Amino acid sequence: MGDGSPIEMTESELRHDLEEGTREAAARGKVPALSEDELKHLYEIFAAPYRFLSVEPGKEIVLSYDAGTLKIRRVGIAVNRIQTLQIYEKLLGADTMELAHVDYSFKPIKPIIGNEQPVLEQALLVTHIPLFYGAMPNLGLYSQPDGPFPNPSELLPQGKIAEARDSYEKSVEAAIRDMVYVSTAMIESGADGINFDTTGAAGDPDFLATLKAVEILKKKYPDICIELGMAGEFVLGMHGDLRYDGVRLAGLYPHQQVKLAEKAGVTIFGPVVNTNASRSCPWNLARAVTFMKACVEVSRIPIHVNMGMGVGAVPVTDHPPIDIVSRASKAMVEMTRLDGL
Amino acid sequence: MGVGDPYGMAITHAIASGMGGMRGAGDLVARMQMTRGMKIDEAKAYVAKKLRIGVTDLTDPVIMTELRQELGLGTVTPLPGQLNGLEAKFRIADLLGIEINCVKRFRQKVSL
Repeated sequence: MGDGSPIEMTESELRHDLEEGTREAAARGKVPALSEDELKHLYEIFAAPYRFLSVEPGKEIVLSYDAGTLKIRRVGIAVNRIQTLQIYEKLLGADTMELAHVDYSFKPIKPIIGNEQPVLEQALLVTHIPLFYGAMPNLGLYSQPDGPFPNPSELLPQGKIAEARDSYEKSVEAAIRDMVYVSTAMIESGADGINFDTTGAAGDPDFLATLKAVEILKKKYPDICIELGMAGEFVLGMHGDLRYDGVRLAGLYPHQQVKLAEKAGVTIFGPVVNTNASRSCPWNLARAVTFMKACVEVSRIPIHVNMGMGVGAVPVTDHPPIDIVSRASKAMVEMTRLDGL
Repeated sequence: MGVGDPYGMAITHAIASGMGGMRGAGDLVARMQMTRGMKIDEAKAYVAKKLRIGVTDLTDPVIMTELRQELGLGTVTPLPGQLNGLEAKFRIADLLGIEINCVKRFRQKVSL
């Protein structure tokens, strides 16, 4: 199941859930459903009696790691971040890695940037794989009591829609400044790329601020890699009328989001499909593959589909069972022709 | 990829569908995506051509370890006298014909 609990399914139940999953994505995103052959391939992946599946040789892809250095500390192992980078590089087969602070948002990193830069600079001396510096745009931190602007969640129930929108617009400008400031410092310290992780978590203002920050950074540093990973499968309309390049951001799905990411100058785009914890893994995977296939097909830039816990059909649990993660990994790579995870 | 314990997420994806990083040429292919915006097939073909091997050899740990030793690209198990870390990234930049930010920064700092 989408919450990670084990279930048994009959052949007809499995087929039904695969068909329903792709149908749901196709209807919601207005994208093509999976073909009979593709559903058959998914069926075979789920019906295989093995605990672990993999892609065929030659079909491997590149991996990038959101909040990479937090994962080792999160499980309680007392190693520093440079050691974590080395563990991923030398022991876990990482193609790239990401340095991140525990307070994984651009705003709180700004005042401690001088402590972050030397860590990256030292890490770059002893590692070989490309290193990102990553954080979240996290526009939630810009409204009171955490930030300077009136809280839209308090204004909206009072019917103060114009005031709430004004607050969001001010948050966008402040967030752009913080993202550009932090990213500039880490690029000047030698980062191979910047990862804007969970973009859009605070809705359309969050997405707009990130696109504009990317635009500024790409003008400043045309050769630097910028990865933009999304927070959810569609952009929440918290403001409702924010536009980028004339396109209304609220309600955009991955195959629409990527076109704006391209325009802003994003190098690698990380789309998301949320896992529904109360539906089966076959339902979730058919749905996720349908969305991602449409996104990869229209994209001119590399796509690294988000397949962490709770997205990309990976169950919503801290310890995802490897039978479903490996099946999701194989299916997503083989069926969407993406460029990375 | 994102949240989840390293065994369930990072290790599982790496074995199921990853290029293996420095055990193969995963880091090199990643650099072509990152610096030139290449899609996966183009990036693999580019790196394979530079290394003068087949695309399927890019994930072979035996072939790639020998090549990485020979070309000074850094290996999982470092041997005495081998190029490591930033030293190896000078060679990677030259081999791939790309600019690596920290290599450029090092050159500027020591006035190379």
